[in-house]
Amino acid sequence: MGNYLLRRILLAIPSLLGISIVLFTVLALAPGDPFEELATNPNVPPEVSAMLRKKFGLDDPVYVRYLSWLSAMAHGDWGYSFTSRVDVDQLILQRLPTTLVVIGSSQILAVLIALPIGIYAATRPYSIFDKIANTLAFIGFSLPTFFTGILLILVFSIWLGWLPFVYRADIPSSGWQFVWDHLKQTIMPVTVLGLFQGATLVRYVRSAVLDVIRLDYVTTARSKGLAERVVILKHVLRNALIPVVTLLALQMPTIFGGAIVTEQIFRVPGIGSLLIEAMQVNDTPVIMAVTFVFACLVVLSNLIADILYGWLDPRISYS
Amino acid sequence: MEDMKLRGLIDRVKTGKLSRRSFIRQMAAVGLAAPFANQLLSMGGVAMAQSKFQYKGTKRGGGGPLKVLWWQAPTLLNPHFAVGTKDQEASRIFYEPLAGWDEDGNLVPALAAEVPSLENGGLAKDGLSVTWKLKKGVTWHDGKPFTADDCVFNWEYATDPATAAVSIGTYKNVKVEKIDSHTVKVIFSKPTPFWADAFVGTRGSLIPKHLFEPYKGAKSREAPANLKPVGTGPYMFVDFKPGDIVLGKLNPNYHQANKPFFDTIEMKGGGDAVSAARAVLQTGEYDYAWNMQVEDAVLKRLETGGKGRIEITAGGNIEHMQLNNTDPWTEVDGERSSLKTKHPFLTDPAVRSALNLLVDRDSVEKHIYGRTGKATANFVNNPSRYTSKNNTFELNIDKANKLLDDAGWKKGSDGIREKGGKKLKVVFQTSINQPRQKTQAIVKQACQKAGIDVEIKAVKASVYFSSDVGNPDTYTKFYCDLQMYTTTMPQPDPELFLNQFTSWEAATKANKWQGRNITRWKNDEYDATYKAAQNELDPIKRAALLIKCNDLAIKNVVVIPVVARPRVASVNAKLAPWLSGWDNDLWAVANWYRNA
Repeated sequence: MGNYLLRRILLAIPSLLGISIVLFTVLALAPGDPFEELATNPNVPPEVSAMLRKKFGLDDPVYVRYLSWLSAMAHGDWGYSFTSRVDVDQLILQRLPTTLVVIGSSQILAVLIALPIGIYAATRPYSIFDKIANTLAFIGFSLPTFFTGILLILVFSIWLGWLPFVYRADIPSSGWQFVWDHLKQTIMPVTVLGLFQGATLVRYVRSAVLDVIRLDYVTTARSKGLAERVVILKHVLRNALIPVVTLLALQMPTIFGGAIVTEQIFRVPGIGSLLIEAMQVNDTPVIMAVTFVFACLVVLSNLIADILYGWLDPRISYS
Repeated sequence: MEDMKLRGLIDRVKTGKLSRRSFIRQMAAVGLAAPFANQLLSMGGVAMAQSKFQYKGTKRGGGGPLKVLWWQAPTLLNPHFAVGTKDQEASRIFYEPLAGWDEDGNLVPALAAEVPSLENGGLAKDGLSVTWKLKKGVTWHDGKPFTADDCVFNWEYATDPATAAVSIGTYKNVKVEKIDSHTVKVIFSKPTPFWADAFVGTRGSLIPKHLFEPYKGAKSREAPANLKPVGTGPYMFVDFKPGDIVLGKLNPNYHQANKPFFDTIEMKGGGDAVSAARAVLQTGEYDYAWNMQVEDAVLKRLETGGKGRIEITAGGNIEHMQLNNTDPWTEVDGERSSLKTKHPFLTDPAVRSALNLLVDRDSVEKHIYGRTGKATANFVNNPSRYTSKNNTFELNIDKANKLLDDAGWKKGSDGIREKGGKKLKVVFQTSINQPRQKTQAIVKQACQKAGIDVEIKAVKASVYFSSDVGNPDTYTKFYCDLQMYTTTMPQPDPELFLNQFTSWEAATKANKWQGRNITRWKNDEYDATYKAAQNELDPIKRAALLIKCNDLAIKNVVVIPVVARPRVASVNAKLAPWLSGWDNDLWAVANWYRNA
């Protein structure tokens, strides 16, 4: 197992290097200029943007810029945002808690919705409940988050006036009021993300449970006279969860990606909105750092999924 | 307008025979912006007018929170690094200049004790210096006194090229001297009638010497105060998350009595303009939202709820069309639109005048911009009541047809005019932006009726407005026949604004297309007039010359102004903000209050 882990981590290094090269080249080839606002402002003499370009090495050839980025990264220096003149790691760290709260709660919400509904639907396949659940799941993952987000804002903020639609990371109140305020502003973004995720997950849970529930050992368990609840929870669920857990792990980076849109709509100051803003102003170091974090997450989630798979399914060995 | 006449007018204002307002109106009629007209009066020895805004707060604080929404989030809080208005605005909460500009272009003192004038000895008669008296008893948020040393330091800080301050343009051509602890002198290298740039307005905010001195030059980005500002302003720093939120609380030692009204201020950033308008006008979650780049029809619908209103503030921004004077389709020495070429037909005055008659500005205003864009014939624009009466515009397809007929442009079998084998086919580019594409369609339609074929091109804004030398589609390269965008007049002085028609400013490969004359128009008379204006010692004669510059550009159809674009903000029904088109939105945030 240790051996396997080591091999996988060593293998991850060249793939991350490759990813970083591709990212860097694409960003370097993309049109736009981080100092565009300077260039269009008549009050700023061209020397200033020339000075800044030189300072940040923007006039160097691409490979020189890549190598200096790489060596800085290796030293733990994530780079420096052109627009806010702040270190990138600081920017990312500032936004990480918000992203984790919103993404984490939506993921939990998705699991909480998907598991019971998926299991219940699978134990009664083609019943009315199953059909309704299936239809809703279809609708759920067909509607894009930017649509449901705006719909929720329209209903709950504008028509009903119950919930705020501008997310604030630091709420001034404290105690229960803080919890309540926080809950109020998190409901909509978490619902949007959670329902979308949950809808996808329901179908996976349902089909996984359906696969397992027909197997002989389940029939054996039933014929032993075990209660249906025990059969489902103890015998069916553990085996059915294997593909679901893998899927969850593999989906982690996708959720970060999906959150970009939702964060923009609700003004959630998360990593996704940081990326969007950086892209709009061509703040290359920030784009590079955030996309690289996403790339690392993909590689890492793959690894976690593989390890979890082996742990859940004893038939798979890593030696 | 001759300078003798101007002088007479100023004398009449002095003796009270002519009101200040009508003087400004007359100046505007010949294309002079209000701030500049006011500057003229002060040079002529007339004190600046008092502003109309009435602050109704009776005590400091007690107004609760002030929540403002900027759909572009502020990313830094050092005014010397503030590239975009969003950053200038955010730093304006904490920092102040010596004086700011109000809506009529009057100077309103902030950290200055008074506005310099000829009478109080602040302005030198030769226009070579201005002496500012600083307000006494002003302290920074950390309790240290604000003195002349701070002003001198700001000048040193900004002019050090290694600091890479964007305010360098404002400070590099002046020298600043300390006279005593509360007096500074700004010295110009040549007579400067527009003296109020350094330490004034959007680029004039002052940072404390004691916190920034160790971080002058190359170490500028390491200063902790870049992210934790310590200023003199009405609000003190609480928290800042770049790209997200700025929080401030009332400054109990603010140097103006009974101000500010609000206990805290919150500037939230991000999102988009439409939902920002919603948050103010429909749900009332926020009190103020900046820069409503939203179609007027949408704004009107949101306003019907009665929770908020739209405030329009006139400024100097103008959406205009440019006509290329060089040939964009021929490459010479590795560049198109080279100065060595001549546009095959856009250099013909008849074609230019015809195009001027084919832009249906009324329809553009009525159907596209509404209250957010006023149709205009002028390049230098002011509030509507000041709009010039010298220049007019009309949509007249028959007249355009006649002009082209008379000039020998005959319609071919395809309906497109031609002369000497050259067809009137133009490519018209702008950035991707719905109102602009609609305007393009209106122009195209009218041109078609006059036998001019227009091919429409729309470029992504981030490419179009970039300074990327490798990209052919930037607006400064102007590799097509016509283009349209909004040019801003950040400084209330027409001199810098009007340099975009001088021949030495032409954008070329040699200057990496950073020259400001994008139409590449070359006119000896304009150049001579502009140079004369720059070197003119007498401010009034200079004004007359600048007016001539403006008229030359309009009469020669160098550009076709389309709509003047005022600033549009969403404001809570009860909030009373003091806004100005010549300064930041938050330039007078200390004076904002809420009606009961």
